[in-house]
Amino acid sequence: MMPPAMTLPIILFSVCGFLGLAVMAVALGSSRRATPVLYGGASIVSLVALIASLIQLVAGGHVTPGLTLPMGVPWIGVHFRLDALSSFFVAVIDLGAAVASLYAIGYGRHEHEPLRVLPFYPAFLAGMNLVVLAGDAFTFLVSWEFMSLSSWALVMAHHRDPGNIRAGYIYLLTASFGTLCLLLAFGLMAGPAGGYTFETIRTAHYSGWVAALVLALVLLGAGSKAGLVPLHVWLPLAHPAAPSHVSALMSGVMTKVAVYAFIRVVFDLLGEPSWWSSMVVLALGGVTAVLGVLYALIQQDIKRLLAYSTVENIGIIYIGLGLALAFQANGVTAGTALALTAVLLHVLNHSLFKSLLFFGAGAVLSATGERDMDRLGGLIHRMPVTAFTFLVGSVAISALPPLNGFVSEWMTFQAILLSPNLPQWGLKFMIPAVGALLALSAALAAACFVRGFGITFLGRPRAQAAAQARETDRFSQSAMLLLALLCLLAGILPGVVIDALAPVIQSLIGGRMPLQGNVPWLSIVPIAASRSSYNGLLVFLFIAASAWIAALAIHRFASHAVRRSAAWDCGYPDPSPLTQYSAGSFSQPIRRIYGATIFEARERIEMPAPGDTGPARFRVDLKDLVWDWLYAPIAGIVNFTAGRLNHLQFLTIRRYLSLVFVALIVLLLVLAIWM
Amino acid sequence: MDQFAFDVAHLLAGGLVLISLTMLYQDRLSALIRVFALHAVVLALSVAWQAAIQHAPHLYITAAIALLFKAIIIPVSLLRIMKQLGVHREIDTVVGIGPTMLAGIGLIALSMVVMLRVTAESDPLAREDLAFALSVVLLGLLMMVTRRNVVSQVIGFMSLENGLILAATGAKGMPLVVEISVAFSVLIAFIVIGIFLFRIRERFDTVDVQALERLRGEDP
Repeated sequence: MMPPAMTLPIILFSVCGFLGLAVMAVALGSSRRATPVLYGGASIVSLVALIASLIQLVAGGHVTPGLTLPMGVPWIGVHFRLDALSSFFVAVIDLGAAVASLYAIGYGRHEHEPLRVLPFYPAFLAGMNLVVLAGDAFTFLVSWEFMSLSSWALVMAHHRDPGNIRAGYIYLLTASFGTLCLLLAFGLMAGPAGGYTFETIRTAHYSGWVAALVLALVLLGAGSKAGLVPLHVWLPLAHPAAPSHVSALMSGVMTKVAVYAFIRVVFDLLGEPSWWSSMVVLALGGVTAVLGVLYALIQQDIKRLLAYSTVENIGIIYIGLGLALAFQANGVTAGTALALTAVLLHVLNHSLFKSLLFFGAGAVLSATGERDMDRLGGLIHRMPVTAFTFLVGSVAISALPPLNGFVSEWMTFQAILLSPNLPQWGLKFMIPAVGALLALSAALAAACFVRGFGITFLGRPRAQAAAQARETDRFSQSAMLLLALLCLLAGILPGVVIDALAPVIQSLIGGRMPLQGNVPWLSIVPIAASRSSYNGLLVFLFIAASAWIAALAIHRFASHAVRRSAAWDCGYPDPSPLTQYSAGSFSQPIRRIYGATIFEARERIEMPAPGDTGPARFRVDLKDLVWDWLYAPIAGIVNFTAGRLNHLQFLTIRRYLSLVFVALIVLLLVLAIWM
Repeated sequence: MDQFAFDVAHLLAGGLVLISLTMLYQDRLSALIRVFALHAVVLALSVAWQAAIQHAPHLYITAAIALLFKAIIIPVSLLRIMKQLGVHREIDTVVGIGPTMLAGIGLIALSMVVMLRVTAESDPLAREDLAFALSVVLLGLLMMVTRRNVVSQVIGFMSLENGLILAATGAKGMPLVVEISVAFSVLIAFIVIGIFLFRIRERFDTVDVQALERLRGEDP
């Protein structure tokens, strides 16, 4: 085993390896071997970085000496550091990257223009790694922007498809806005003296309003990348536009880099939080979770559904962060540790199952060429492995035991149940309300994925393409099976993961959750055994045993005689598969309950005129209120101002001189009055 | 500081401001060019006086340059151009003379207020000089803004430049190189604008900038 001091250089060499692969992709051009070679290489390089980061994590809380490279801004240099927090996020990133690259060895063959993806993919991986390794504000911001731009290039890979140009444009705008906010936040923290390294920032103290401003800016900057409502608009456009393995990375991993930025600044650099700041974060998290899953419920496009579900999960993560802030502001270390562990666990879990689900969607897309669920169906017979793994991912993301999604959401609820101990009445009232939102979103997520899985994989094929689908290739299958296995393992052995996360929590807040390794029977006990405990393994064994016994009993006692009869047709003897329950009909009840207010959903039936033989049509009009009330006015104001200012380009010399003259006079007047 | 030397420097700088105001008052081109020549002469005197009281012989060269180019060569050739173009009687103000004069007085007051406050600790001679110089600069700019004829805009620009030289010589120790380069740049600007003047004249039969605005389809 290598000494932990070596891990940072190894990860940095892996980053160089990614950049080398990017250059190699350009050199290889459109050669047929380029796809397997590059994705295989990326997979191996990320595996190396993953192992190094795991060693660092297991070594526990030990901060490797930082590395300063003589590059970049002359008097600052480029700092890299690897503490427990960054090594956890490096592990999340490179686990996702390794599996996504494995998946792409097979999936990448379907790419029409590989040169639009291959060079940017390793660069994107390098960018994400660099963000979490950065040890000063400049390196952080440059890596952040590098990550944004390389992912933008990947979003634009299929730029000829309708809508993708707009998606890329909106993504670029939001990414620039986010970077601007982070830039201002770091500028405020560095102060006029310009201490840009994280060490200097950490030791500095901030007055109340500076801390509040920094928190707001980081919430905007990291939140826009993570997809917090109302900054989420780019996410469901951009994530589905990229090739599926990149969608998996953007949704599963890049949003986690944004969570890293938030944790790094708020919990590590900024110092003591104030309790009301947690209320803002909690409110945003709750709204994000519910709105995200409601949007996901009404989507027909399966990749867009997954993207909105990412918004929901980011909401859950931010609820956890808000809880951690509330507990930390009141000095409740056990609560902070519990909430933060739940956050980190959910970060890991979401990266696992969201990647898995995007891989499944990509496999369906490459097999049928369809993303619209109403043109799919019956795929479980033609793509059994994809269907099984997608089912595992759906169960996990719906937070059902014994899979991993349940553990992290359960721990978040445990943290919510600690809130009556908090002294502030605002928090006492707010946290249960947010808990209700969290419960609502968990239930709606389950409905959403019943719908997503059922419409896509069950029933009869709704289109010719779905009827002729073929199972995906071996590489993609193995990647999906691997992730499904990891989801199960993290679900039945959560104690191991929680103990592995302890150094991260310890280094951030100086406390940790109780050691889970000593709890008998592999249970987890977040606070005390008298309060609550959960045993994933036991639940799993119970489910497996009862299912097995039920199956056995049915086979033992049921009649073995073969009966043949017509399948039940719900009373409609229509052979067309289009009469099946569709994605739209599944979500109709929920759309009617919530949609009328939140989406201003209007259902209309257009009957043909008497004598007209045309079909009657049923239409649902949905509005995006966030877009209509927030973004459309901003776009309108920008357009109006730009139209007005356009005249300034066509003035005469004398008018330009007058402008200069007036500006000069105004400045002099200010000087005369001010002094 | 010798009180007499101070008074004379003050007189010359104030005279420059006065002549700037006179330039604002001129609405005929030929008269304007003549007043500008006077402006340059007073500037040369002022610079020479500064050279004498500061014991800085290189300022005499600056004074000579100002006298030669700005008081003789440029006005003479501009007058010649005017005569060739036949525009020496044209009236060319955008804003009426009265409001322009009032604005000019306001600008002088403003520059006095600003400069006297900003330079509270410095040498009184330099203070007064800088205040007058700023007034001259602002008045030159005002002239460029309120005239629409190319020739008077050029003159406004050169009187602005005179203000800069006044400011530079008032402060001790401005290197000669800079002044020469400034002088040459003005000369080059004059040549370039002169050439353009002929070009514009050839093409549009006028040196009124408004004609160019009309050409682009803009309202004046």
